[in-house]
Amino acid sequence: MSNHNEKYEKLAEVIKAHKEQKGALMPVLQEAQNIFGCVSEDVQKIIAEGLGVTLSEVYGVATFYSQFSLQPKGQYVAGVCLGTACYVKNSQKVLDKLCSELGIQPGQTTADGLFTVQATRCLGACGLAPVMMINDDVYGRLTEAEVPAIIAKYKAS
Amino acid sequence: MEQMIPLTIDGVKVEVPAGTTVLEAARKANVNIPTLCYLKDINETGNCRLCVVDTGARTLQAACVLPVTPNMVVKTNTPAVRAARKLNLELILSNHDKKCLSCPRSQNCELQKLCLDLGVENGDRFAGAQNEYPLDLSSTSIVRDNNKCILCRRCVGACKNQKVGVIGAMMRGFKTAIASPWDKDLASMACINCGQCIAVCPVGALTEKDETKEVWDVLADPTKHVVVQPAPAVRAALGEEFGFEMGTSVTGKMVSAMKRLGFDKVFDTDFAADLTIMEEGYELIDRVKNGGVLPMITSCSPGWIKFCEHYYPEFIPNLSSCKSPHEMAGAMIKTYYAEKAGVDPKDIVVVSVMPCTAKKFEAKRPELGHDGLADVDMVITTRELARMIKEAGIDFANLPEENFDKLMGESTGAAVIFGVTGGVMEAALRTAYEVLTGEELKDVNFHAVRGMEGIKEATVKVGDLDVNVAVCSSTGKAAELLDSIKNGEKTYHFIEVMGCPGGCVNGGGQPIVTAQVRNWVDIRAERAKALYSEDESKTLRKSHENPEIKAIYADFLGEPNSHKAHELLHTTYAKRELYK
Repeated sequence: MSNHNEKYEKLAEVIKAHKEQKGALMPVLQEAQNIFGCVSEDVQKIIAEGLGVTLSEVYGVATFYSQFSLQPKGQYVAGVCLGTACYVKNSQKVLDKLCSELGIQPGQTTADGLFTVQATRCLGACGLAPVMMINDDVYGRLTEAEVPAIIAKYKAS
Repeated sequence: MEQMIPLTIDGVKVEVPAGTTVLEAARKANVNIPTLCYLKDINETGNCRLCVVDTGARTLQAACVLPVTPNMVVKTNTPAVRAARKLNLELILSNHDKKCLSCPRSQNCELQKLCLDLGVENGDRFAGAQNEYPLDLSSTSIVRDNNKCILCRRCVGACKNQKVGVIGAMMRGFKTAIASPWDKDLASMACINCGQCIAVCPVGALTEKDETKEVWDVLADPTKHVVVQPAPAVRAALGEEFGFEMGTSVTGKMVSAMKRLGFDKVFDTDFAADLTIMEEGYELIDRVKNGGVLPMITSCSPGWIKFCEHYYPEFIPNLSSCKSPHEMAGAMIKTYYAEKAGVDPKDIVVVSVMPCTAKKFEAKRPELGHDGLADVDMVITTRELARMIKEAGIDFANLPEENFDKLMGESTGAAVIFGVTGGVMEAALRTAYEVLTGEELKDVNFHAVRGMEGIKEATVKVGDLDVNVAVCSSTGKAAELLDSIKNGEKTYHFIEVMGCPGGCVNGGGQPIVTAQVRNWVDIRAERAKALYSEDESKTLRKSHENPEIKAIYADFLGEPNSHKAHELLHTTYAKRELYK
């Protein structure tokens, strides 16, 4: 609980630090995302009130930029690259397999909070296409058949 | 002396003040550059790209946001410019539902007119994926149909100017939609129902919640006694729907049309405006004399009231306890009139015709009623009345002028100016002066509170008392004024607030005037002329001189702020949350 309160105190400090600054919304949202891991409705309301802007404005910015997440992300964020090189090497099938194994759609998080699936742009490892990253681990030259074993590894750890 | 900038537009040399946009300068060269997203003071973002012009720059420029520079050479009519405008329009059309035949904005739609003007031959040139949205029918006042929305963001600007800001552009790219956070419906947001979003929408994406069907139904029901009452501002704008010049008062024809539509009685909300002045004037005098909460703030505008309840609840004790005029009229129709006419109040249906969409919400407030009956049963806007008149085939322009029905049809000049910012204040001052001093007010015109500025202030000498008053219109300006009171910068005795800029003449239920007019004409001032000239034409210009007002107090209410008056004509307010 104290951890929870600490986060909100930190958010209040961030708002205070940026309040008078023009264009404060973006940096505050970014720092809020760092503190909480996402910008929930609750957090956005606090930001709106703190900066004296409307919730519509906050939500509009939060949904425009893809780096902001409205829901908490899972412990493991699995991103499958749909950049050109990976795509022509069948990364869509890898992504589909990942989704069907976990029972969620890209952008969603599993109910147990363990996995979030994302379709990403180029990860800069085209030589390894198709590529998937789970947190900081890179999996290259993947086939869809390998996906279940990889997931099982994280579930076990 | 402001600096003048010379430039050439389509070969015509013009000079305009520094800071003028190319769009404005082009008017001087008799060139109308097409616009769609641009609306002066509300949305100046240059996002639709229909006003592009050739300035010799690398790319075409948006004229609406491009300031003139010295010796600029602008071409507004080249093949490249025409092609670009048309292309941009066709791309906008690709995600528009194009159901013009059943659209309430047909023939008054800016998108439709541009397609004609710019010669779009194939509205489906870029046929492809199209978003499909459910209608948002949650609000009592406003309907949003995003299938028609072209993402111009004018409504967002209007809502923001009102300091409400419950809508915005959400998501990104093809998924972009004008909506509320988390896709919440409008009714669950702190929307004040003012309808300024409707008034600025270029297409049919925003409309009022239509109640004409319900009105037709009761008119056809022989067991119902249907009484109608139009607000002051309706007569100042209804004519626009039938080809009359803006600022023409059409009171007599409006009454005639209402009788032909089959209403059993046509009373005037103006009568109730005079009644409001009596109640509100005496309430103010009481507060001043007996140390009540000051400043007292008017309560006629339901958009303003809801704004106060959501955003400034600390000012609720300052609000006059008076119901708004049409609610007072409703209460009197179902008691005083019912008694006089020998009609069972349960059989009476009160229909208000209002320049306002917030009145639809107001009429449904549970506290605004008596003996289990709502004071007002239905509210239609000026636009809805016009539609009914058209549907009935009434030749409005050639109608004879008729008078309101007796008992609640008489009104003074003080009442008719309720429809414009400053009007309630002026009317109140006319009565308060004579009541407090016992002397005749020689000049009834209070010019200091007239005009279209957002906030007006005056100090009026009433006997020995210096009365400090303020008048503001638009809730955005009200917020500014209330903040200055909170900070201790300002002190007043009496404040008039109207929720819409300019007051009811520019209400969210009035005939829609396209940007092609609004960008160049102050429609608020034009419509206000109709009301001020009607005021001047009246023999009686002070509310307390209205013979029917004298009669209602003598026969029914007793005196202003009597126990009976409080029971029927006054109300209460409550704090509302920002989010549901």
